[in-house]
Amino acid sequence: MAEQKKESDWFDRPSSRRLLWRLLWGACALSVVAELFVHRHPHFGIDGIFGFYALLGFIGCTAMILLAKGLGKWVKRGEDYYNDHIEDDVIPEDIDDGHAD
Amino acid sequence: MLTDIPPSLLLFAGALITMLLRGRARNIFLVALPIYTFWHISQLSFGEGPKLDFLPTFDALEPLRVDKLSKAFGYIFTLNAAVAFLFAFYVKKAFQHVWALVYIGAALGVIFAGDLITLYIYWELMAISSAFVIIARNTLRAKQAAFRYVMVHIFGGLLLLAGIVMTVSSSGSIAFDSFDYADANLGTWLILAGFLVNAAAPLFSAWLSDAYPEASVTGGLILSAYTTKTAVYTLLRGFPGWEPLMVIGCVMAVIGIMYALLENDMRRILAYSIINQVGFMVCAAGIGTKMAIAGAVAHAFCHIIYKSLLWMSAGAVLYRTGKSRCTDLGGLYKTMPWTLLFGGIGALAISAVPLTSGFTSKTIIIAATEYKQLFWVWLVLELASAGVFLHAGIKFPYFVFFNQDKGLRPKEAPKTMLWAMGILSFLCIWLGIQPQMLYDILPYAVDYKAYTASHLVTQMQLLMFSALVFFLFLPMLKRTATISLDVDWFYRKGGVAFYRIMDKSLNGINTKVNDVIAVRSTAWVGRFFRTAPAEILGGLLVPYWMGIGLKTDEITARKEKLVLRAKRGAFPVGITACLAVVMLAIIYLVALG
Repeated sequence: MAEQKKESDWFDRPSSRRLLWRLLWGACALSVVAELFVHRHPHFGIDGIFGFYALLGFIGCTAMILLAKGLGKWVKRGEDYYNDHIEDDVIPEDIDDGHAD
Repeated sequence: MLTDIPPSLLLFAGALITMLLRGRARNIFLVALPIYTFWHISQLSFGEGPKLDFLPTFDALEPLRVDKLSKAFGYIFTLNAAVAFLFAFYVKKAFQHVWALVYIGAALGVIFAGDLITLYIYWELMAISSAFVIIARNTLRAKQAAFRYVMVHIFGGLLLLAGIVMTVSSSGSIAFDSFDYADANLGTWLILAGFLVNAAAPLFSAWLSDAYPEASVTGGLILSAYTTKTAVYTLLRGFPGWEPLMVIGCVMAVIGIMYALLENDMRRILAYSIINQVGFMVCAAGIGTKMAIAGAVAHAFCHIIYKSLLWMSAGAVLYRTGKSRCTDLGGLYKTMPWTLLFGGIGALAISAVPLTSGFTSKTIIIAATEYKQLFWVWLVLELASAGVFLHAGIKFPYFVFFNQDKGLRPKEAPKTMLWAMGILSFLCIWLGIQPQMLYDILPYAVDYKAYTASHLVTQMQLLMFSALVFFLFLPMLKRTATISLDVDWFYRKGGVAFYRIMDKSLNGINTKVNDVIAVRSTAWVGRFFRTAPAEILGGLLVPYWMGIGLKTDEITARKEKLVLRAKRGAFPVGITACLAVVMLAIIYLVALG
């Protein structure tokens, strides 16, 4: 541990974050545009709508996050709720103590 | 014959040998044994092995029934064990490994059991041995969680036992084959309920997310693969086409996501994601078509690989940092890039990204819903697929390896851990590119092409827009140092309340009874035997005294004197004899009554 390797902070840079955002939007757009070029065979009718899966992903995930948020209001508690948030005296031996390798 | 030996016995023997070995020899043996067992399973011929005589009126036990379904699970169970023990090279003590081998052996025992009695014995052995795997972490929390865990599994085992007893006594057969939904009765429902406890079905799911994350780094990894997948096997074998399983599976798939989104502990996120993934398989058992069953086996196979990979990457982080809450982690990409890479591959595979094993396995189940025109089931499973990407695909790696740098600078994971993760990562991608080898070991031939342009486009739309939602809603998904109440609330809080109520009521009754019986009534009995004969004699003498013309106060005085003498035992002989007669008469009357 004498010398530290020069560590990368690429993901922390605002410029990288902007780039990643653009890539994400680009990938979304690309996946929808690509649908123009494929022959779909829907099974239920509704899944034949153009961009159906994009909508499903977007609306579905939004709904799930909001639902989870609502559920959280009801079930979330502090970590000490069960009075077992005890820091043990026993150190679990599978935690690396810095010597093992 | 070597090929007549049930694979479970190999691992049980290995557990004994493990206790004798030390150091590196033990570690190498632990990796070699499951590989040998894998080979052994590949050599088993289809059909029934040797039978063991059981009770006179029953059929013989059948500890080794081999067909494609049991072999497929046998392969993945042993393969996963070999890689898990490679990961666990760092573990110094044998205790956990011995119990892990018993546990995996018992799981193999269930898989190859041809009758319900053998199945039940292995089932209970699995529950007990896995509880010891949890206890092996040796923290107070682990011990408490293991206690709750084993209680729930004993409950499930009792349901199973009751079901088996009813089914065997009504059908006369102990064979474990598929039960007919049209003939469903209390016995088969109870067996199903017993299986569903281990599958972590709704109402019975909390044991999983409660106990697994309390196990050690290796313990959690090993536990994540076997109990639920053994349950999936029993559902595929015993209950294909039982329609309620479709609903149960869909609920599991969604509940798992909800809780995983709320969760802060990274290993608990993965535990909830097991419930979500097993939901797909339970649902497939409910669909029951050949394609659905084959899809469920393929999914179980790939799921064990990528879920182990995810547990390994989380385990490596826990091993190096000692932390497992998202609120304490972040920014680890800087010093643990390989762990990130492998964990990332697992995250992509669980999300069914094309070129990974999730894409070639889970989608078979979804295709099975399309062929059977099950619109609602299909819709829920598609939504759940999107949700998987949210919680396991992005949330887990994002909060652990990226997000905010918490200043942690752990070393990269040890080499053996990286090798284990590397092997599983390779399998995730290989099965994603070359799924045919997996399709060949499925119980039914599948005519399914994962890689069509249409599949690729729709899957990418689903995943990319899910990712977009994740990052758009990131502020709402910020982790908080909280836990989420689950069904275990009922027995964790309920258990305490039950204890208090029992304490108050039973101990209250105890005090009362002590007061009445021990304190008051013995005193009363003592008084009774000292004074009753005299009192009665006095009572009998009152008419005589009245007859000889004594006054009331004189009668009272004489009576008191009589009682006083009786207490002191100071009587002339005649009166003593008289009192003895009275006493004997009382006893005689009581005895007659």
